[in-house]
Amino acid sequence: MSTTDIDSKHPLELDQARLSIKKPEQRYDKQGDMPDAQRVETAMRHFVKDFGAVAATYMESCIHCGMCAEACHFYVISGNPKYTPIWKLEPFKQAYKREAGPFAAIYRALNLKKKVTVEQLEEWQELLYDSCTMCGRCTLICPMGIDIASLVGLARHGMHQAGLVPHELWAVAERAEREGSPLGATPKVFKERCEWLAEENEVEIFVDKAQADVVAAMSSIEIMKYPDSIVATAKILNHLGLNWTFRSDGYEATNFGMLSGNSDWQKEMSLKLIDATIAAGAKLLILPECGHAYGAMRWQGANVYGKPLPFRVLHISEFLAETTKSGALKTKPLDKTLTFHDPCQVSRRGGAIEAPREVIDGLGAELIEMKDNKGLSWCCGGGGGVVTIHRADAIRYSAFQIKMKQVDDTGAELLVSSCSNCRQTFDDGQDHFRWDKTMLSLLELVADNLEDK
Amino acid sequence: MDLLQFARGPALTWAFVIFAFGMTWRLAGILLLKRRPDYSEPRNAVSWPGAIKLIVTRSWPRREFVHRTAFGQTLGYIFHIGLAIVVFGFAPHILFFKGMTGLSWPSLPNAAIYLSGAITVGALIAVLGRRLTHPVLRLLSNFDDYFSWFVTFTPVVTGMLAVAHLGARYETLLAIHILSVALLLVWFPFGKLMHATLVFVSRGSTGALFERKGASI
Repeated sequence: MSTTDIDSKHPLELDQARLSIKKPEQRYDKQGDMPDAQRVETAMRHFVKDFGAVAATYMESCIHCGMCAEACHFYVISGNPKYTPIWKLEPFKQAYKREAGPFAAIYRALNLKKKVTVEQLEEWQELLYDSCTMCGRCTLICPMGIDIASLVGLARHGMHQAGLVPHELWAVAERAEREGSPLGATPKVFKERCEWLAEENEVEIFVDKAQADVVAAMSSIEIMKYPDSIVATAKILNHLGLNWTFRSDGYEATNFGMLSGNSDWQKEMSLKLIDATIAAGAKLLILPECGHAYGAMRWQGANVYGKPLPFRVLHISEFLAETTKSGALKTKPLDKTLTFHDPCQVSRRGGAIEAPREVIDGLGAELIEMKDNKGLSWCCGGGGGVVTIHRADAIRYSAFQIKMKQVDDTGAELLVSSCSNCRQTFDDGQDHFRWDKTMLSLLELVADNLEDK
Repeated sequence: MDLLQFARGPALTWAFVIFAFGMTWRLAGILLLKRRPDYSEPRNAVSWPGAIKLIVTRSWPRREFVHRTAFGQTLGYIFHIGLAIVVFGFAPHILFFKGMTGLSWPSLPNAAIYLSGAITVGALIAVLGRRLTHPVLRLLSNFDDYFSWFVTFTPVVTGMLAVAHLGARYETLLAIHILSVALLLVWFPFGKLMHATLVFVSRGSTGALFERKGASI
């Protein structure tokens, strides 16, 4: 399908609770016209392309105990064994044993593991994309300590190269690569939004300063659906009196290249942000309330760059925690009870677990933790690109009920998180279930409670 | 050469050779693969404590998971501990290890060994039953799972039969027992029994990587 086809047949659906494409029933879940045998070969080649000792250890270590199922929201809510996390990698395990493992020659000679077929991969597309948010909760239960989520990431690399990606995810990733943003937040749109928001909210929003100490980035979801986050970021950075800017040559922290499994696109998207921060001479890049953007830049950015980054990278919650602790950020007391949803990629897998709690403490609000919290928190069900995939709606809404119950059980007045993708998933779930809870942004909560100067 | 001589001699020797070669080959095939440098700024500069922590703490379930995994993990603990008692606590086994390594240690009373053996057999049967009936385990299971179970179960049963002199001449039963151990050794490097060593590599890798990021382990 050509670019024109994508734009005309599948325009973005920007005015809905969740950003995706229109007419999702017209699906193109198999991209390109590669022969089937070549698809399989390509998928497997790219799966093992970045294979190192750690991934090989994981592939060799599974004891088929099935415990990972008990940590996965999709299995727990459905009881369907196909959602067992390690099963989602079965064709790739099969191919690894046959083609790449230490005993591959024996497996091939005796045909102990059969060749993977394109039908298998097509069947597994649903398991690798629709029903895995790469939240990594299964990693915490595996008695062998296998990081299954990282293997799913490698499998997605293979699937993307083979043109076997769910249509919506592929369409937004392709658009991100082509336009610089997956959801239409082009540099022009971003600059116009900043101008409009600055005027509307009477706040100074700096864009394209030649030199700045701090560069802030946003996620496309925030730019298009939660623009108040742009205002909140500006208010806080101005409150702190920092020399900061947004950069129209690198503002988009969302990395659908990573989510869909295209490492080239991932690199290109990351480098835009890195180059823009360097161009501004900044010492700090602040990442927005976006889970996977944090993983993409904080933990993978330097590796994409090929050397240590010449600036610090902080998630906005870490930045708020630092400035709260230093006393630079001054807020009015928030006399409310609230519960905090830990975004998986920032908290469990990213390590920024205490930062939002320090911010909440600084706000003077009473934090009521959910039964499972911090590293053991349940995923909202929309991560890993799942929220964009329409055919995954049924299982995603089912999984969301686990989270709803945990939130309701706290009895807290407010529900807060620091990931716009989680927020979007909660908004969509709220709408679907007519739920009385609205997900709030920690960033916006802080901005709304800044002490007057 | 009678069956017992064959079992004690070439069968066991070759089993150990295959065991040692297979273990080395498989571990080298994994550990000698490239390790990419990580240029990201670490949250914790020293990561090995995470490896130790995960190796130790993953031996029991977290509070949040225990109600969903207690049965399977209890069964696992019972047969692993039972096997350890039988293998390392039985006087004739200690003599065997002494002959091989020169190391010796006090044995446990025979009654304790028999009881452990019986409990282990019971637990292993329950483990197999669970694998055959639990939807997740049935889906995941392949030849390796069932054959690994078989080569673990057989030495325990044949050993108990040999001690009890049940079913055949003692020498024949002992030969079968030793051959079953040889089979276990031969299969060990090729299947899931390798988890006995890989558990440290796998847990250690994740522990170190996650400690670096400050992620949950």
